[in-house]
Amino acid sequence: MNIKGLLAAAGLATGLATAAAAQDDPTKVGFIYVGPIGDGGWTYEHDKARLAVEEHFGDKVETVYQESVPEGADAERAITQMALQGADLIFTTSFGFMEPTLTVARKFPDVKFEHATGYKTLPNVSTYSARFYEGRAVQGHIAGKMTESDIIGYIASYPIPEVIRGINSAFVHAREANPDVEFKIIWAYTWFDPAKEADAATALIEQGADVILQHTDSTAPHAAAEKAGDVVTFGQASDMAEYKPFPRVSSIIDNWAPYYIDRVQAVMDGTWESQQVWHGIDEGMVEIGEITDAVPDEVKQEALALKESMASGEYHPFTGPLKKKDGSAWLAEGETASDETLLGMDFYVEGLEADIPQ
Amino acid sequence: MLRLERRPQPSRLWTWLAPLLAVLATMVAGGLLFALLGKNPYEAVATIFWEPLFGEFASYYRPQLLVKGAPLVLIGIGLGLGFRAGIWNIGAEGQYIVGALTGAGVGLAVYPLDAWFVFPLMVIAGALGGWAWAMIPALLKVRFGTNEILVSLMLVYVAEELLAAMALGPMKNPEGMGFPGSRNLQQYPAAHNAEILTGTGMHWGVVAALIAVIFAYVLLGRHILGYHIRLSGQAPRAARFAGVRPARLVLTCLGISGALAGLAGMFEVSGPAGQVSIDFNVGYGFTAIIVAFLGRLHPAGIALAGLLMALTYIGGEIAQSNLGLPAAAIQMFQGMLLFFLLAVDLFTNFRVRLRKTEVA
Amino acid sequence: MDLSSINPVLLLASLIVAATPILVAAIGELVVERAGVLNLGVEGMMITGAICGFAVAVETGSPALGFLAAAAGGAALSGLFAALTQFALANQVASGLALTLFGLGLSSLMGQGYVGVKPPATPRLDIPLLGDIPVLGRVVFGHDLVVYLGLALVVVVWAWLKFTRAGLVLRAVGENHDAAHALGYKVVRLRLLAIGFGGACAGLGGAYISLVRVPQWTEGMTAGAGWIALALVVFASWKPGRVLLGAWLFGGVTVLQLNLQAAGIAIPVEYLSMSPYLITILVLVIMSADRSRAPASLGRIFHASG
Repeated sequence: MNIKGLLAAAGLATGLATAAAAQDDPTKVGFIYVGPIGDGGWTYEHDKARLAVEEHFGDKVETVYQESVPEGADAERAITQMALQGADLIFTTSFGFMEPTLTVARKFPDVKFEHATGYKTLPNVSTYSARFYEGRAVQGHIAGKMTESDIIGYIASYPIPEVIRGINSAFVHAREANPDVEFKIIWAYTWFDPAKEADAATALIEQGADVILQHTDSTAPHAAAEKAGDVVTFGQASDMAEYKPFPRVSSIIDNWAPYYIDRVQAVMDGTWESQQVWHGIDEGMVEIGEITDAVPDEVKQEALALKESMASGEYHPFTGPLKKKDGSAWLAEGETASDETLLGMDFYVEGLEADIPQ
Repeated sequence: MLRLERRPQPSRLWTWLAPLLAVLATMVAGGLLFALLGKNPYEAVATIFWEPLFGEFASYYRPQLLVKGAPLVLIGIGLGLGFRAGIWNIGAEGQYIVGALTGAGVGLAVYPLDAWFVFPLMVIAGALGGWAWAMIPALLKVRFGTNEILVSLMLVYVAEELLAAMALGPMKNPEGMGFPGSRNLQQYPAAHNAEILTGTGMHWGVVAALIAVIFAYVLLGRHILGYHIRLSGQAPRAARFAGVRPARLVLTCLGISGALAGLAGMFEVSGPAGQVSIDFNVGYGFTAIIVAFLGRLHPAGIALAGLLMALTYIGGEIAQSNLGLPAAAIQMFQGMLLFFLLAVDLFTNFRVRLRKTEVA
Repeated sequence: MDLSSINPVLLLASLIVAATPILVAAIGELVVERAGVLNLGVEGMMITGAICGFAVAVETGSPALGFLAAAAGGAALSGLFAALTQFALANQVASGLALTLFGLGLSSLMGQGYVGVKPPATPRLDIPLLGDIPVLGRVVFGHDLVVYLGLALVVVVWAWLKFTRAGLVLRAVGENHDAAHALGYKVVRLRLLAIGFGGACAGLGGAYISLVRVPQWTEGMTAGAGWIALALVVFASWKPGRVLLGAWLFGGVTVLQLNLQAAGIAIPVEYLSMSPYLITILVLVIMSADRSRAPASLGRIFHASG
């Protein structure tokens, strides 16, 4: 590599900005996925949203994607490559893409970046994330009402704030619905391993759980529940409608489409600005999948009312009085949790018996 | 009927011709696959092989070839030495992980100390980590006669669990909002394996790979140890008479390959990857085995094979995002390339003769 | 926080199910390795079997046909490996790794239309009286046919290797292919058959995951089970009976750690997950003092120079 090459590399960004600015070109939108688009869960939903963007804008957009991108060095190259090919807006859809996204964004100041679930921004990098814990509250309520053994099983992935938040939210609302409820939690240490998830579900069922909540992405727990016969499950990330109406009685759906369409529009209009959003049920990023008839109508109405109260902002899933597991005070009567606490949540609420690993 | 006849010596002509033939065959077969998927086969194959080298943005991709190829070459060189001597270390992936852990561990332990010796210390720790991990199968083989293929493979799984434990536990970034993964070493200048010349992709791992290639070349050609390695592979019994001590050779070969794999892991974690994370390893240790064979266990060949693999990775990524080819198609394409390369090797070592069947 | 919530009977029953895919795949690989061939492509063959079985079961509505197709698919893929290693005399380690790469790609291309589809259910064997026996009934008689097929396979392979002439020849080929060749045995033909059998078994094991264990199709769903099957063969020191034991140990550790977690017992998961591999290494060491070693020709290239 000689001086000329160096100059060329340095000049790439500026050279491209002019090329991309040409009028009438379709807006080019890139997507970096951590898994295969056929995973039926996390990446599948992001890709569905990509297709929704294509449908909404027709000829005015061109979308490109790269699937199964490992986090780390390969991600940086994949993102750079999209920027080089003239993408105007790039969505990087996994937490592990945070540093690579920032690195590339510094080199391409004219390209806009949207990083999912991260916490660092730049003038041309936004972050977006969903308040899944709102959906968990609805699930928790239904779960508390549906359980007869008073044991709810929870398949968790990794002990990170996102997952811990979900457990707490589900637990608080399950206890509210049914004060005798207990949670059994299994950490699977994977987002996606169908065989292991099936084993985890079976283990929970065998230990008396008759409701299973999951924070892993495959439908394996549903199949295990179906086999057991009388166990309730909830769809995760996508609707998992093939297990309707029972065992799957409802679901949390990640619906990225409205946000993606919105942000592409902003780039087209030249109104895009860096922001940090955390959208919930209200904005449509968190959707509650159909509550089936397997749920008593009364419970269904309560669940829908809970959902409405969160959508309208009149109720926050973490409203005091709440204590931490160790008995120390957390939220006073009527106080709601700050986003900052929620984002770094590393404790269980009072009543949960297990310990968070590490 | 066709008969194979072993050549007294590998054919020089075929040594060069075979890889070319394999690449051509892959282009044809791969083109067919892409056509089946409804893509323009010519465009797809051209994107994979041409775009990274001479395309519009080659000035970005060419350095990336070095970044992607360096760990493959570094590990492949070490493995090649062992394979030549008939010592089968297939657990380089594990040694790569442990090297990254020990290397990064030193850096993270002294954080935020800003001193010139931090990085060299990490390099030494990385090499030692990989070496130590490889010493387990080596010592077990020497002491108990256990099979090193299997022990080194088992240790890959152990290393992967260790990596997960570290990323979630002791090495977790205290300022990382509770997410798994260590501090980012790219933001810790004293520990960062930065590019030596900006924009060239030349980080210390690339330099190390280059040194390793030269070192292996000289070793095999000029040094008594290299002679012992070659002799043990070709004629183990003769080697004993020539004074080769098998135990020492096992320790040396596994040690060298482990240390090189550990170095590769360390350079990767402190450079391109930046942090210890649960899925830090992406299979370089296994791919390097294939690279070693594609390079015919010859240092120069391994260097070329590493770059060829890097080319298909990077070209494949471009084809994915430009042409919308699924990642799976690229994976199959790489698989085909390996099949063909392995298959044509036949012509290097054997002569195909048309002969009447002899009744045995 | 109490161990009493773990029901040992149910634990045993689910352990048997969890062990089945790796058991079936491992018993196939055992025969391959006994013939002196090391095929590291088990993962690729398993996942190819998983999608072949899934697709056919969905299209025809018959799980039985699905399992047949899975075996055929696995065997077909192993044919590539066989051609490379037996005819083109390529290195087995490299060929096996390439096979895994190829199989993973092939399966996800084949599976593109099958994401989110539910396969027909594989019936559980319901023997009227036997199934109702307390304890024993649930553990022994409450499974689907493939579980029993897996167990039968262990017995058959064991008996075949030990008592039949063909089994003896296979072992001879694995121990010393040159000598076997000199005695007039068809080394290559036998190895081709063994590799095909191994592929079929791996395919079956994969289909068990996609049709029974999970059951659904998703890319990469075998998630390393093929590699565990490889470890299992070594752990078993190439003896069918010990494969069964090993499968229950490997499957058991996962099931047990999940059960312990569910019972509220804090365990260091990663360290527990390491243990089967460490035990395998230990077994290797102990074995090397014993007579039962790896087949002597394992992984070596055979060329009849005569």
